[in-house]
Amino acid sequence: MAQIQKPLPAITETTKPYWEAARRHELLLLKCVDCGHYRHPLAPGQSFMCPNCTSVKQPQWAKASGRGKIATWTVVHKVFHPAFADEAPYVVAIVQLEEGPRMIANVRGIKPEDIRADMEVEVFFEDLTEEITLPQFRPAGK
Amino acid sequence: MSLKDKYAIMGVGYTPQGKLPDWTVRGLFLEASKNAIEDAGLTAKDIDGILVELCWTDPSTQCWSLQADLGIEHTGLCANYDSMGASGCAKVQLAAMAIDAGLCNAVLCAFVEKSATAPAVPYRASLGAGLAYGFFGAMPGISMAARAHMNKYGTTSRQLGEIAITQRRHACLNPIAQMRTPITIEDHQNSRMIAAPLHLLDCCLVSDGGRALVVTSAERAKSLRHPPVYIMGMGQGHVIIDLPERVDMLDTGAGRSGESAFRMAGITPKDVDVLGLYDATTYNVITQLEELGFCKRGEAGPFVEGGRLTIDGELPTNTSGGMLSEVYLQGWTGLIEVVRQLRGDCGERQVKDAEIALVTNQGGFIGFHSTLILRR
Ligand SMILES: [Zn+2]
Repeated sequence: MAQIQKPLPAITETTKPYWEAARRHELLLLKCVDCGHYRHPLAPGQSFMCPNCTSVKQPQWAKASGRGKIATWTVVHKVFHPAFADEAPYVVAIVQLEEGPRMIANVRGIKPEDIRADMEVEVFFEDLTEEITLPQFRPAGK
Repeated sequence: MSLKDKYAIMGVGYTPQGKLPDWTVRGLFLEASKNAIEDAGLTAKDIDGILVELCWTDPSTQCWSLQADLGIEHTGLCANYDSMGASGCAKVQLAAMAIDAGLCNAVLCAFVEKSATAPAVPYRASLGAGLAYGFFGAMPGISMAARAHMNKYGTTSRQLGEIAITQRRHACLNPIAQMRTPITIEDHQNSRMIAAPLHLLDCCLVSDGGRALVVTSAERAKSLRHPPVYIMGMGQGHVIIDLPERVDMLDTGAGRSGESAFRMAGITPKDVDVLGLYDATTYNVITQLEELGFCKRGEAGPFVEGGRLTIDGELPTNTSGGMLSEVYLQGWTGLIEVVRQLRGDCGERQVKDAEIALVTNQGGFIGFHSTLILRR
């Protein structure tokens, strides 16, 4: 049976470098050239003003360490979309990256009931299609 | 100058509710609107302001089509309004402001939900790459906030269950509620997981139905059909829509929203006789009790224990059964209920001597918020 495709993110002019880097298995952030504040490239408003210092200069792309902590999470049991039928229950977490920004990702490689707040995690990459690779997280040092 | 007590909610309009495969969205808008206008003791000719929330599964009914359907030749205000789940109370606020500004005299606010029998539509507000991670709809987002609250303050699933049980008890006293079988804490704990820590019985219903109301000046309201329900206070609070982008992920905007409303009304939480808290999930009730100042931050878990929120308890909350057990009409479930509580026509579930009510609407991954404080 053909695998049902997950709903993929749209690649836009401003997010293209992020997705290209993900394909190379790198996690990129945006760094303010004036104050060094990091933003996640998929956050709303990322191409405009720096929320920290109001700089409107084009931010730099910067490679993230890939290390972070679990800020909070949910274990999704309900199948909202058929592409997730085999995966449920699965973990969706908000990961607090070392550099400051938070991002949504799945956490794999651990039983959902063993997850704890502030648990240290590290990025890995899941190649979904030719174009889309998702940054994902697993317990650090595993 | 303050708008306190200068404007009033008059007519309230219902439609059938539950599963309504034979009703169109347009028909529900008309039915709710006609009933609200009639309940106010007015005719469509008296209405000169219209505020509509677009139905998210079928946005074909717009402010202008409702004006035409009602045969209203002229209005001084006609607009679609979208603050997501916060729109109901927010529209009442805008209506009062528009009347105060002299644009119009009697504003019809109308709402329709058609999620029980409408075809599924793509989820909105899917920012970033959430869908690819299986982050769908409001429930996973709210459950992450609930988890953060549990981690920080020790709130338990059983405490959330207290809210579900209380509201179901209220629904059993409401002849038009969708869910009228009492539930126990075991039922709650054993109900299937939707997005842990939220069980099925922590989540609101799926419903079809419409509601509407009319806002007029207090002066005008005196000569109408029912005793006026005065608008004492109003407030809104909106935080960044994406949960990960909020500095404080437990901040839903309700604090700011409540502060404005209490300041305008000149009262404190202790003065409130009946509460209508937006209840997309049981957790929404928890965070709002804290943010609005009914208890301290982190203490709503123990606060809801022991029946405090029941109709004969200290702080009767969501007395119709709310969106958890009466009907999912977003903020309108609670809004219309508190108006009727203040009119004193809630029958078996009437809160004795209810004089002041506070009602909230909350939307956009619990980040958009509106509050009304009303009195009889
Ligand atoms: Zn900056």
